Amino acid sequence: MTALLEVKNLQVRVEEREILHGLTLTVNPGEVHAIMGPNGSGKSTLSHVIAGKAGYEVTGGEVLYKGEDLLEMAPNERAAKGVFLAFQYPVEIPGVATMNFLHTALNAQRKARGEKEILTPDFLKKVREVAKSLNIPQDMLKRGVNVGFSGGEKKRNEILQMALFEPALCILDEMDSGLDIDALRVAADGVNALRSKDRAMVVITHYQRLLNYIVPDVVHVMSKGRVVKSGGKELALELEKSGYAQFDDAA
Amino acid sequence: MPAVQETVDRVRQIDVDQYRYGFETDIESDKAPKGLSEDTVRFISAKKNEPAWMLEWRLEAYRRWLTMREPEWARVHYPKIDYQDYYYYSAPKRKELASLDEVDPEILKTYEKLGIPLREQEMLAGVVRPEGERRIAVDAVFDSVSVATTFQKELKQAGVIFMPISEAIREHPDLVKKYLGTVVPTSDNYFATLNSAVFSDGSFVYVPPGVRCPMELSTYFRINERNTGQFERTLIIADKGAYVSYLEGCTAPQRDENQLHAAVVELVTHDDAEIKYSTVQNWYPGNSEGKGGIYNFVTKRGDCRGHNSKISWTQVETGSAITWKYPSCILRGDNSRGEFYSIAISNGYQQVDSGTKMIHLGKNTTSRIISKGIAAGVSQNTYRGLVTAHRKATNARNFTACDSLLIGDKCGAHTVPYIEAKNSSALFEHEATTSKISEDMLFYCVQRGLSPEEAVALVVNGFVKDVLQQLPMEFAVEAQKLISISLEGSVG
Ligand SMILES: Nc1ncnc2c1ncn2[C@@H]1O[C@H](COP(=O)(O)OP(=O)(O)OP(=O)(O)O)[C@@H](O)[C@H]1O
Ligand SMILES: [Mg+2]
Repeated sequence: MTALLEVKNLQVRVEEREILHGLTLTVNPGEVHAIMGPNGSGKSTLSHVIAGKAGYEVTGGEVLYKGEDLLEMAPNERAAKGVFLAFQYPVEIPGVATMNFLHTALNAQRKARGEKEILTPDFLKKVREVAKSLNIPQDMLKRGVNVGFSGGEKKRNEILQMALFEPALCILDEMDSGLDIDALRVAADGVNALRSKDRAMVVITHYQRLLNYIVPDVVHVMSKGRVVKSGGKELALELEKSGYAQFDDAA
Repeated sequence: MPAVQETVDRVRQIDVDQYRYGFETDIESDKAPKGLSEDTVRFISAKKNEPAWMLEWRLEAYRRWLTMREPEWARVHYPKIDYQDYYYYSAPKRKELASLDEVDPEILKTYEKLGIPLREQEMLAGVVRPEGERRIAVDAVFDSVSVATTFQKELKQAGVIFMPISEAIREHPDLVKKYLGTVVPTSDNYFATLNSAVFSDGSFVYVPPGVRCPMELSTYFRINERNTGQFERTLIIADKGAYVSYLEGCTAPQRDENQLHAAVVELVTHDDAEIKYSTVQNWYPGNSEGKGGIYNFVTKRGDCRGHNSKISWTQVETGSAITWKYPSCILRGDNSRGEFYSIAISNGYQQVDSGTKMIHLGKNTTSRIISKGIAAGVSQNTYRGLVTAHRKATNARNFTACDSLLIGDKCGAHTVPYIEAKNSSALFEHEATTSKISEDMLFYCVQRGLSPEEAVALVVNGFVKDVLQQLPMEFAVEAQKLISISLEGSVG
């Protein structure tokens, strides 16, 4: 079986400073991985490099997606091939109605895959269903992308897109930050509904609580640009008790 | 920063050669001798079979023009224009036309290529049209003459006069005499005076009292002939309680030499009348090295002469090498209202100096200015605005919002607002923002599958949405496409 995502000894620099110092991570289809680690350890950097954000210099190692060199692909190509990043800080795009944005993006992906455009009624039906399951009111979809959305609404909007685009690899960067308990449960249910044997998820979080809802197969601890420990879901509980200090030497 | 560097690199690859309307129509034309003199003015007037008063009017303007100097205050730079090196009149060779069927098929093809339906029957028989969709009457101006005006009969039934101004001078001399030059006097400014001397065609609209014009009116201007200036003149009058919405579109072939376009547009609204004037200006902007393109030096002004009257300008400016244009409103009647909604996009070497003037003369007059400037490439984009309230303009109100968006860091956006209130009850508000298109915004879009070009177009369309909404539906769609096209090449 080819891994869905293979990060091998990845070294990444931002503005002359090395942030990732040889990071290795293998994610198979069907798996849910959690990445935990202190502020500034490089979690978002990893997610940005996987998604193809400009400004990061890969100085060593490789990233394979379904066996292909991911770093060679343009970011929109990665998206069309099923790489999805739910942002830690989703941006606002004034004047662009969310509905219109979703439609444009979905069709761009389909076009890149050589598929036909989705018909508007089918699209609307699908969006309505997903929005309903995530408790997203219809009028929110008429507003500008993320404009004036509360922190929780922004996160739910990310999950909405994930459900709509049906990606193979979902990276969720702190989807739990800014969510109240109820919203967290709804969002986690949304994510769980998307778990399938062909899809994998990488869930970045600071809090074990999220992992009660989205139960991971593997938990990684990241520190100073490396994965310093991996284990089962118990590892998260352990971290909750003892913190990250124990890994400082290892890193 | 690396992320910004990427945008800069993308912007370097700018190529404005993507102009889609740059083809030339091969057609024989009838031209005035090159250059400008009293004889040229007489030639044009004779070609149009004008009455003596019109020729006198032109000659007076010409003599005045000789004493004037080209304005230099705008933030635009170009080599000295040799006014003797232009043709001031060029008409497709054909006799007077009795009907559309007599229009040269080459010309019809040109308009077809531009996506402008001239044949009424085609328009009516066209692809399935949604119930209640508005129809548009079109006046097509090819170089110096109007070649076709559609829906004339239907408009006539409603009492609306919509015809080439050259015809109106002959057929409705009293109306023309009464209004021509009363909003933009012949002495107004260098280019307006030049236009008064040599204008060749343009549209004339008169909507009688109480009439709501039954359809959108529109004019498409096309410069085809080489070394030819286009000097059109448009005059629109909405009599008491009348309403009309007028659209204007412009394109030109791709040529290495610069061409001059100096138009004058005058609008008059009487009591309770309203004119909505929309422009989608897409003259050839020049190539990627800044060679060629149209000099668009235009004077547009509306006079809210009556009480409760309203004039609204909406413009989408994507073309021209240089744009010098300030559609303005004189708010003379009490409670009258002026609006200016503008999207001005500059890419490559384009220079835009555009804005508006709101002159509050009457009581309780209100005005609103929404300007969106987008600069890419090495272009310069200036908003220049003037809002004044005179002594008698009690309770004058203005709201101005000028937003500029920069793509890359070789371009410039400038805002030059002048405000003058001679009346303590006047209330003027001004807001201005300048922002750079953010890498994070673009990355968010490409992460969702949009190409970098699509991402820029989407973000920009969002930025200009407030203004796009002011355009009639058909134009809004066209304008949206145009915005995407004119920004092509502004990212990798
Ligand atoms: N564009 C940038 N310029 C300079 N430094 C950067 C940039 N992006 C990230 N860094 C640095 O890289 C390090 C890792 O940042 P990153 O955002 O990946 O951490 P994180 O693990 O996601 O942290 P958090 O838990 O707070 O979200 C930090 O020290 C950060 O300051
Ligand atoms: Mg982070």
